Amino acid sequence: MHPAYSVIFFTTSSGAGYGLLFWLSLAEILVPGLLDRWPALAALVLALMLISAGLLASTYHLGHPERALGALSQWRSSWLSREAVAAVATYLPASLLGIIWIAGLPEGMVPVLAGLSAAGAIATVFCTGMIYASLRTIRQWNRPDVPWIFLALAAATGGLLFAVFAAFAGAGLQASLVMFVSLSVGAAVKLRYWSAIDADTARYSVEDALGVPGLASVRTLDPPHDRPNFVMREMGYTVARKHVEKLRRVVLMSLFAVPLASVLIGALSGWFIAAFSLAILTATLGVVVERWLLFAEAEHVSQLYY
Amino acid sequence: MTCLPQSTGKKLGLVIDLDICVGCQACATSCKEWNTGGYSAPLSDHDPYGADPSGVWLNRVHSYEYERDGAAGTLHFPRSCLHCEEPDCVTVCPTGASYKRAEDGIVLVNPDTCIGCKLCSWACPYGAREYDHDHGVMKKCTLCVDRIYNETLEEEDRVPACVRACPTGARAFGDLGDPESDVSRSVEERNGFSLLEEFGMKPVNRYLPPRQRPAPPPEPAEPVTVADGSALETLFAWVDRTLSSRR
Repeated sequence: MHPAYSVIFFTTSSGAGYGLLFWLSLAEILVPGLLDRWPALAALVLALMLISAGLLASTYHLGHPERALGALSQWRSSWLSREAVAAVATYLPASLLGIIWIAGLPEGMVPVLAGLSAAGAIATVFCTGMIYASLRTIRQWNRPDVPWIFLALAAATGGLLFAVFAAFAGAGLQASLVMFVSLSVGAAVKLRYWSAIDADTARYSVEDALGVPGLASVRTLDPPHDRPNFVMREMGYTVARKHVEKLRRVVLMSLFAVPLASVLIGALSGWFIAAFSLAILTATLGVVVERWLLFAEAEHVSQLYY
Repeated sequence: MTCLPQSTGKKLGLVIDLDICVGCQACATSCKEWNTGGYSAPLSDHDPYGADPSGVWLNRVHSYEYERDGAAGTLHFPRSCLHCEEPDCVTVCPTGASYKRAEDGIVLVNPDTCIGCKLCSWACPYGAREYDHDHGVMKKCTLCVDRIYNETLEEEDRVPACVRACPTGARAFGDLGDPESDVSRSVEERNGFSLLEEFGMKPVNRYLPPRQRPAPPPEPAEPVTVADGSALETLFAWVDRTLSSRR
């Protein structure tokens, strides 16, 4: 599958934003008072900026961005529509949290709004994953673990951002522990996914695609067109497959290994903020490469005809 | 509404006879000609006469060669929307622009509400949908919905343009939901099949397989000459040896 850069930016940026919103909300519920009003507001604004930038970017790959509101209508059948509904719905409790903190209103409703924000963040990222997991045409995506990859990586990348806020609030050690677990879960999910798609041999052949009984040694004699068409350009991306092993190592190192080591060293040395910052830098590269690879490694069944 | 109809009154579709298709591309060009001026028109082209032409076509004809039972053959394979009974391209659509008609089962895109997200093309196993970069919407076979019910056309023209254009009669149009229709009967007689049923979308269009060819005639054997020792034969034998060695 051709990796659309706007979709890569959207899923990674919004993913980190929803991850940050999730951890912020969880902290507001479980450890009220961990963050003061202004740091909490700063974390919320950062989360909403990442989310909004991603959502805006995602409209760039549309042919008619001005009709994007129509995508809210088909939540009964379409995961893309469900994602849009969940994304819009999550703004409501998150914005109310912001209003409470800006205006200094009584914080009695904060746990409820935080709970709704966390649920909205999980729902939105899950729907994003299901857009891909529901496509029967792409065996690397049509798997139950795909939404969990999106969730685990959103939690890991957004968690690193929240860890900086937690470290400023004096909870660096606790944040390190949580991040160590979150990054490990992400690495485990991703490693398991790669070994599973490599082991999956249920591939179709051109003979299967043509369906004529008894054919063997089918090869193209004359293609329908000399130059690639939309189907070949959109569904037939092969550039990265040559470099899959190297790119997977890049992901393993920059998204998991370096951040894990960094978090560990930070916890031992007490230099939490420097450790989390380094982890954020490399994880940003790592998650972008991971998302690019998720597209580039995906094989679409329509390519059998070519 | 992208939820699928419980059932459709008819199952309109095509039956394509791979035995007699000659790969002439008449169906593809006549499809392009009709649909660039019809429903959801035009089908835009980029650099059509240049070095890197590209454009929207709703029907593509592949040609393959194959082996079957030890004999080689050529297969011309027209590929277009199969108007599936349970198409994922419809259910994934976030706006409801993609829909399946309850009355006749035709799968269409509403060009006024399509946002051009391309997800439907990802969901189609058959590569049947092509995105129009100029109009920012998805295009696909309409089964010439603007011909088949069009009473301003002669009755013989009220079939899809590809069917009307086919010079060998390899394409037939009809109701595959009616077991008594001509198309259903030909599918029954010729063991017609649908494509990639494993994906569960229940394509309506059917293909008829190429018939088994008679076994090719045996290679002609080398003529056997019986040596009779005559002078003429000795001469020809000398000529044959000489020419063979000089080659």
